[in-house]
Parts: sequence; C-alpha cells; structure tokens
Amino acid sequence: MNDALPKVVGTAVKRKEDERFLTGRGQYTDDITLPHQTYASFLRSPHAHARIVSIDAAEAKSAPGVVAVYTGEDVAADSVNGVPCGWQITDVDGEPMKEPPHPILAQGKVRYVGDAVAMVIAETQEQARDAAETIMVDYEELPAVTSVRKALEQGAPVVHDDNDLQDNKCYTWSLGDKDAVDQAFSGAAHVVSLDLENNRLIPNAIEPRAANAQYNAPDDSYTLYVANQNPHVERLLMSAFVLGLPEHKVRVVSPDVGGGFGSKIYLYPEDVCVTWAARKCGRAVKWTGERSESFMSDAHGRDHYTHCEMALDDNGKFLAMRVHTTANLGAYLSTFSTCIPTILYATLLAGQYATPAIYCEVDAVFTNTAPVDAYRGAGRPEANYVIERLATEAAWKIGVGQDEIRRRNFISEFPYQTPVALQYDIGDYGQCLDKANKLAEVDGFEQRKKESASKGLLRGIGYSSYIEACGLAPSNVAGALGARAGLYEVGEVRVNPTGSVTVFTGSHSHGQGHETTFAQVVAERLGMDVDNVDVVHGDTGRVPFGMGTYGSRSISVGGAAIARAMDKIVDKATKIAAHLLEASEADVEFANGQFTIKGTDKSVSFGDVSLAAYVPHNYPLDKLEPGLNETAFYDPTNFTYPAGTYICEVEIDPDTGTVDVDRFTAVDDFGTIINPMIVEGQVHGGLAQGIGQALIERTVYDEESGQLLTGSYMDYAIPRADNLPSFKLDTVCTPCTHNPLGTKGCGEAGAIGAPSAVMNAVLDALRERGVTQLDMPATPERVWRALQTA
Amino acid sequence: MYRFEYAQASSIQDATAQAGEDVAYLGGGQSLLGAMRLRLAAPEKLVDIGRIADLRGIKNSGDTLNIGAMTTHAAVAADETVRSQIPALADLARGIGDRQVRNVGTIGGSIANNDPAADYPAGVLGLGATIVTDQRRIRADDFFTGMYETALKPGELILQLSFPVPESAAYIKFKQEASRYALVGVFVARFDDGVRVAVTGAGPAVFRCEPLEQALSGDFSADAARKVTVSPDDLSSDIHAAADYRAHLIPVLASRAVAKAA
Amino acid sequence: MDLSLSINGDSVTVDVPPNTTLAQLIRDELHMTGTHVGCDTTQCGACTVLLDGEAVKACNLLALQCADRDVTTIEGLKGENGGMHPVQEAFKDLHGLQCGFCTPGMVMSIVDLCNRVPDANEQQIREQLDGNYCRCTGYQNIVRAVQQAQQNLRT
Repeated sequence: MNDALPKVVGTAVKRKEDERFLTGRGQYTDDITLPHQTYASFLRSPHAHARIVSIDAAEAKSAPGVVAVYTGEDVAADSVNGVPCGWQITDVDGEPMKEPPHPILAQGKVRYVGDAVAMVIAETQEQARDAAETIMVDYEELPAVTSVRKALEQGAPVVHDDNDLQDNKCYTWSLGDKDAVDQAFSGAAHVVSLDLENNRLIPNAIEPRAANAQYNAPDDSYTLYVANQNPHVERLLMSAFVLGLPEHKVRVVSPDVGGGFGSKIYLYPEDVCVTWAARKCGRAVKWTGERSESFMSDAHGRDHYTHCEMALDDNGKFLAMRVHTTANLGAYLSTFSTCIPTILYATLLAGQYATPAIYCEVDAVFTNTAPVDAYRGAGRPEANYVIERLATEAAWKIGVGQDEIRRRNFISEFPYQTPVALQYDIGDYGQCLDKANKLAEVDGFEQRKKESASKGLLRGIGYSSYIEACGLAPSNVAGALGARAGLYEVGEVRVNPTGSVTVFTGSHSHGQGHETTFAQVVAERLGMDVDNVDVVHGDTGRVPFGMGTYGSRSISVGGAAIARAMDKIVDKATKIAAHLLEASEADVEFANGQFTIKGTDKSVSFGDVSLAAYVPHNYPLDKLEPGLNETAFYDPTNFTYPAGTYICEVEIDPDTGTVDVDRFTAVDDFGTIINPMIVEGQVHGGLAQGIGQALIERTVYDEESGQLLTGSYMDYAIPRADNLPSFKLDTVCTPCTHNPLGTKGCGEAGAIGAPSAVMNAVLDALRERGVTQLDMPATPERVWRALQTA
Repeated sequence: MYRFEYAQASSIQDATAQAGEDVAYLGGGQSLLGAMRLRLAAPEKLVDIGRIADLRGIKNSGDTLNIGAMTTHAAVAADETVRSQIPALADLARGIGDRQVRNVGTIGGSIANNDPAADYPAGVLGLGATIVTDQRRIRADDFFTGMYETALKPGELILQLSFPVPESAAYIKFKQEASRYALVGVFVARFDDGVRVAVTGAGPAVFRCEPLEQALSGDFSADAARKVTVSPDDLSSDIHAAADYRAHLIPVLASRAVAKAA
Repeated sequence: MDLSLSINGDSVTVDVPPNTTLAQLIRDELHMTGTHVGCDTTQCGACTVLLDGEAVKACNLLALQCADRDVTTIEGLKGENGGMHPVQEAFKDLHGLQCGFCTPGMVMSIVDLCNRVPDANEQQIREQLDGNYCRCTGYQNIVRAVQQAQQNLRT
C-alpha cells in the first residue's frame, strides 16, 4: 500500500520561478532583441488639448538611421481603426454610452499631454529619439479641462467634438432602488454624509511597458512580444477590431512581465503601432517606454469625487445609502475603463453589511488627461472607501466603537442577496473582526494613545471591513451588464508519456507565482511532486485561449479551469487504469498517484497509466482515444467574495503633520489557500499600495495648462521600504461554495481595504483636535493645514 | 543623452587646462548625468575629474576639517574624523540621495550644482565653510548666489572644502516624499562667536535665517528656536508644499536641530 | 572610445560612444539583460550593480567612468559553493520577490548593504533600502530576507 503523500495544497512551496529571476535570467520584453531589430520612439503631445495644424517630418525622415516616420495620416490612410473599449455601459436613459474614437496616433487633435502624435523608427533608440525631436508640429492650443467637476460645468472646454459629447459626459448610470432609499432617509434617526475624493493614482509597475513586433513575410504572420496581462485579449482586440488581421496570423507573447497592477491589461496604441509598422517597414520594431512615458501614458486609476450619505436607526443599524459619484475617464476610453466606476464599483456598495436599500448614480466624464482604467482593486477600493468611511463616521456620530458599528450591521446569513445586484455565497465577517481585534491588540490602544500623547503625538485607530467581488466573472452576467467578451478561463493539462505534466493556462503571471501555485494544484490532485509540473502561460501560440489575469481571478477561474481539466484527465486515466487492472471502472479509485481496486492492494501508478495512454499496446482502443491531454473552459457561476477586517494605527506629529503607520493588522478570508507564502506576499503588496494611496501617492495635473505635474519619481511618490511597517496578518477560511478549489482570490484585497483603514485612523487621531475632513493622500502639509483650520 | 566628447583628467592642471565653453567637469555625475539623460543639459565636452587623487580625502588640520571635492557622500558619512569632529556633517551626508548615489556623488559636485533642495549647501553655509578652488578661496556666504547658481567662474574648479569645527551642530531634513530631497532642511551650528542657521529646500537657493540666528545666539535652546516666526515671503510654493507650510517648518526643524546638537 | 574594464571577472574591451551609460554597456553591448532599467531619474534602483564592490546605479554612470574598474552584475553574483549567493538564497526562502524586475538591483544593493552594515536592525534596513523601489512585495519579505542573509553571512 502507498503511504499518503504529504499535502501540497496549503503549504508554502518555494517558488519555481525564483531562481530564474534571482540570477538575472528572467526574460522581459525589452530583453528580447529580434533579427533586423529597429527601435521606435514616440513623439508625444506637449499640450493637453490642441488642434494639429500641420506636421513636418521631412527632417526626421532623412535623419541618420531613420527607417520610417509615421503620423496619424499614415494610420488613417491604412484604415487602421482606433483601439476599442471592451465594455458598453447603458445610460440611465437606456442609451448606449458615448464612444468617441481612440486613434493609435492622433488624428487632427491631441487630447492629453502624452497623446502620441508620431512614431519614428530607427536603427538605434538614440537615433529614433533624436529624429523625433526634429519633427515640427504646429499646434493650435485649445483650453483644457482636467478635473471632472470642471468638465461638467457650463462652458467647460469640450474634449471631443461630437455633437452628443458637448457636455463631456460618457454616460450617467445608476443602480439600486432610489425610491426605497429616499423613503428610508426620510424616516432615519441619524444621517451621516461625506464628500470624498478618491485620488488619482499612477500604477507604476517597475518594468515600463514595452512591445516588440515582427512581421514574418513567408507566412504573412505577426509575432508581438508585449508586457501585457492578457495576451489572448490583446490579440483578439488588435486583430479583429483594429488592424483587421486574421487572428490565426497573429501570435502574442507576453514573456516575463515586471508587474502590472492593472496597467498592462489593456490594448495600448503603442502595441498596435509597432505591430502595424513591423509589416509596413519590414523590420522588427521595438518600443520600450521610458518612465516619464509611463507616467504620461499608462492608464491611471481611481479619480472619483463622491457625495455619499448613510441613514441609520437609533441602534446604529444601517437603513440606506445614497451615493453620487463623478468618475474621470480621461481623454479616451481604455479597454475596461467604463465598467470600473459602475459594475465593479456600485455593486460593491453593500460591503459586509445588511443595508436594505442602496442607490448609486455615476457620471462618467471625459477630461484632457491620460485614460483612466483598472488599477489594483479597480472600483472596489473606491466603493470600500465610501462604505468604510461612512461606517466609521456613523460610529463616531452615535458614539459606539468602530468595531461595534460594524458588528451590528454584518451580514450573517448566506447566501445573501444585496440590494446592488450581487449575491454573496459565504463569509464569516464577525470572525475576521474578532481575530483582527485580538491580533491588533486593540485592548492596549488607549494606553498606547496616552504614551503617544506624552510625547506630543496624536494616535488614532482605524477599521476597515472590506469585501470585494473577484473571480471575474460569470460570462452571462457580465454580458448582460455590457461586457463585450466572455470572462471564463482556459486550462490545458498535458500529461506527458512518462507521467510529468505541462499545464497551459490562460491566466498570466506577472509576479503572482502561478508557476508554483498552479503546479501545487496539479501535484496535489495527481499525487506527484511539484517539480514534475511545469506551467506555461503568456503565449497565444502555446496556450489554447485565455482571458488573462486581473480582478484577482487567476486561481478561482484559471485554477478552476485546470481543476476541471484534471477531472477529465483523472476520468480518462481511471478508465485506462481499469483496463490495465482488469477491473470495472466503478471499482477503481484514484488517490496519491495510484489507481487502486477498492478494497484490494492491486494498483497501477499514474505514470504507468500515462505511459499506456501514449504507448497503447494494452489499451481499450475500441472505447478510448490514446493520449492524456485535456482542456477545460471554466465559466464561473458567481463572483467570489474575499472579505476581511483591517485595523490601522497611526501616530501623527502635529508639529509637522507627519503620519506614521505604526501598526497594520490584516485578517482576510480568501477561502482555501493554496500557497500561504505567496498569499501573504500578495497581501503585503496590496497593503503597500493601499497605504501609498492613503498617505503619499497623488497625481496632479495643472488645472490651467493640463500639464502633468507629477510626471516622474521626483514628484510622484511610491512607497519605499521605510514608509511601511511590518504588517501582522492572519486568515479566516470559509471556502468559496461554487468553484472546485474553494478559493476566492487575494491579489487586490490589500489595496482595497487599506486606504479607508488608514484614513479612519488618521481622522480618529485628528478628531480630538476638531478635524472632520481630510482627503487622500494625507500628506504632512494637508494634515498640518487641517489642524490649523480646525 | 546627446553626444559629447569625454576626457579623463589625470591631474588638477590637466583638468583646468581642458576647461572652456560648454565644457563641464564630471565628478560623480549623479546630478549632471541625470540632467543629461533627460536631455535637460547638453555640454559639448565632459572632463572627468573623478580619478584625480588630489581631489579626494579628508584631513583634519587644527580647528578645520578639509574635505576634497571628489570625496563621496558615503566616504564623508563613514569617515571617523568627520564623525568625531563634525558629526552633523557625517549625518547630513548619510541622508543624501540613496545609498547607491552616496557611493558615487561628491561633495564638490553637489555644491557646484547648488540644487535648491540639496543637503550639502545647508551644511556648507551653516558651518560657514570656505570653498577652495584652483583660483581662490570663496566664503560660503558668497558662494551660493541663486537657484543652481554659484560664484564659480567658467572653468573654475573646486578643490576642497574647509569646514571650521563648531562647538556643536545638527542638521534636520524634512524630506519631500517623492524625491527625498529636502522639502525643508535646517542646519544649525553653534560657534563661540554665535550661531549660524542655514535653510535649504525652502527657497530658490540655500539661505541663512537671521531671526533664528539671532534668537539662538542669545539662547541656544529648542524653545527659543520654536518661538521664532519665519515669514513665508520669498519662500517657495509648489505642489509639495506652500510657502506658509515651509515657513512653519523652519523653526520647528531648527528647534529639533538644536535639541539634537545639544 | 576604447574602454577596458572587468565585468564579472572577465576583462572586456569595447569601443563605445561617450554617451553610453554603464547600464547600456551591460545590456546592449554585452547582452547581459539581468540589469534592468525602471526609471529615468536614478531612483528605482533596478539597475544596481557593484562597482569595485560598492553598489551604484548603472543607469547614471558613464561606461567610461568605469574604465579599468571591476563591475559585478547579477549574472556574476555567486555563493561560495558556486551556487546562489546567500542574499539570493534568502530571497527565495522568504519570498522576497514577486515579478522579479526590481530583484537583481535589489539583490546587488543588499549585497553591498550586508557588507557595509552587517548588523543593521529592521529600521536601518528599511532606511538603507531607500535606493530601491519594489512595487510588488510591500518590502516586508525583502526585509526578512536581508535579516536572514545577514545571519547566514555571519556564520
């Protein structure tokens, strides 16, 4: 008999990918140099809004090393379409959202600083850049608008000339029962209201975007290497909607990718430009963004203004929420931009609470700024910020603890249908809160506050009980809400003749460690060592199909697809085993890598079965095909609902306004955890970005000129090691009820829950000094100023 | 970077002999090369003075500490003589840029660049150092003339800095979170004939803060510094801080510097 | 201009224009792509290499400044047994990396840190990492990796 193999799922297996990265042998897009390589440089608009009167590129075309120069005219002459938006929102009036074109090189007008105007291709990067500087563009400057509130004012500059866009509004959208909400407010014992800004962020993956395209004349095909989170979607959008190429003639490879956080989900104009140009000039064309280009042209995140109100009864029970949000979409619609402040935002406004009535209205607005799209959390941090700031304000208003107000309102019975469309399958919010309270040593807070006060410092504590909808997404639900694609995932499990396994997944790892986590899922099920499983991702030429990685979907949808493919593998292998064991299939069971006739010691190993599948000499060829290679498309039946409670403690120096995050505790329920080490790492990273948003990160456009004033690391701060404390983490596990792994996803939680926890703590510290209002980021100057004016 | 000519100078004489129009001395290059990479600076020729041994090193001679212009920030930070004679200067050097930059960037390069938010100008002015060039000796009070401007003439080469050793001194830097340059930095130095206070980050160039010097010369205490009011007129306002906040920080940081120096 | 230097122990002679940075020399001329470039303002630290044993940012040095000096890149970092260096081992053990892009620069910077401040405490380690950005890890496991590497380098 076989001893049970050690469990692989749930253990901190060291990452299979690490040695490659640690020894400098990762291969990122810019590391790839193709035969006959050329280099592209983009000339970008220095103006936020201007008409292009003329472009004179004669000098550039004859500059040393220059291979080609292309402008919007060349693009138009070749009938290259603009990049499409993947999600159509329907307006409150039942009309589709407005969709102005998003050309890959500006056509007649530029609409934000950084809008690409021309592309120069040369033998070297330096030559391309030198030549780009010689292009003379005659601009007629136009007034610009960068803030959503100004963009909605009468007489504001108009971003798009279309008749139906004179108000700069892409759509007005709503969710929830307005009448029920109004009624609840009219009878409420207490009402709290807040005006909140959710600060605009620039994602800042440390690897800048890059793309390198090659046209292969003999078979009229293209290969694009690109730093992207979903190569199949990139290929689909580019070939079908923009360039009109047959999909099977385009291979998109997304090799090692140096972080994404949402910013590499999209089909960007530069990706299309290099692909189109590779054929036009017959050379491989590589573009690698400089950091300043990343700041200007990567899709930004957040940028909401929200007025929100909460109605409560005498006991602090939430009766209703009313929310109005104005969301900045930037100058053009990025791939998923339109669903972020709607489908991924308003549907989350119930949070962890049994609030009976919720109504949310969203105005989405064009401005002369970079496109805004999903950034880690994508809509859900904004929703959590609204709910959790309101919940804490409510606690202060009626004089109960931040934990108590939450406990009184927690949803405790599942499944739970929220008033904003989602149905939560499972959770245990009270347990997360209790664990967090203990781990954060909340009992000692008052003592610590006294100690801080004795040093002249203010101490505050802040809670956030967040929920997110992950595992995007049931395709039929997404489709009904406007998605123009399905949101299933694909897994192929290829058992090799000698029993090792190669997994092909449509998920993409850009730091998440799929090569290890997915291998664990396979190793556990098939009873083999993790080293016998390799995971392949990021190549449309190798992976059947995929929808990519974002929205904390990889393990719950991509992993589930692999699990489903393994079901098929085990199913077929059991038949083969039954044949080899001369037993009935019903009598054969599979465990620990062995197929055994129940109640006997007669068994055959998985390796023997796979060999038989590929060398089918003794094989039921009349009933089964040879081989052991299965593919599954998994379409989830519901979203997953990770949730947890975060507690932040800050210490503030009132003399300078400096906020120090002294303690941060996070208790998360991610359902089943495959690799706790990797999950912890994901939480750490999310928390860092969430704390960054709350305290140091902000994007500033000059309101008059539309110039990006935070266009480099000299002016845009991202957290360094000394900005952060060591976090205390723990987990609760209520396995997801509707996917085969019980997983929920963990990539975004930290970024979703942290900002409100930090800001609640900051305001808790400041309220004894009379401060009631403070926007993110809580920079020293802002805190100091709030203290002066309180 | 645009193209340029490059020459490595073997000696001080060799360096100055190559000076000329559109020629820049290359020290560590941590500011200059950064500006050139962004195509914000485009000298036609760089004369690399980083290998000239005579420009490196730290020597204590009586009541002054002499630091060669090409001494790196890391070397100043780690130097035992500096740490015992003017610990505030070692401290300041330890807080410049980041560890990698400190391994390359030099004191001479920093003060010649005179970035309005750089640290060394505060130390040099606060300590009343003398800048020794191939042509003359320049008092710190006469050296920093404006934003990125100094009293250096074209081709003039800084050889070393001579710091008088104070009774006590301290530097407190309040960092601009993104750049980690000083949003405001205050250097306080106490000598037997009075107190010098130099402020960086707050204006177009480093400056001495007279109200603080007066108050502290009479009463070298944190409280005395804290009671001083600094006018926001002429101070910088930008996206990182308005002038009034910078004005507020100056006495706050000065009081902390005094407490640290004491 | 002709340039001779040692890279990872190998003598290298190349002809480069003066405006070639050390990072460009390593990546474009010598085709060692482990040294990454993540910013244009000398801040992110992804390009960190050792120059005569000290951590420097290769994006902000001219290749010519390194004439006749020793450069060590991530490709040249080895442990005593020829395998991974204790810093690399600690990163793997403690999950000090995610996407891997900042990692080579981070590792080279920490090798220097461990040499220079072998007994740094957590706060000092965090301060000493001010020249390296990581957007993935939140730094906690990097700090732990430094602590483990310090310990292993001592014994």
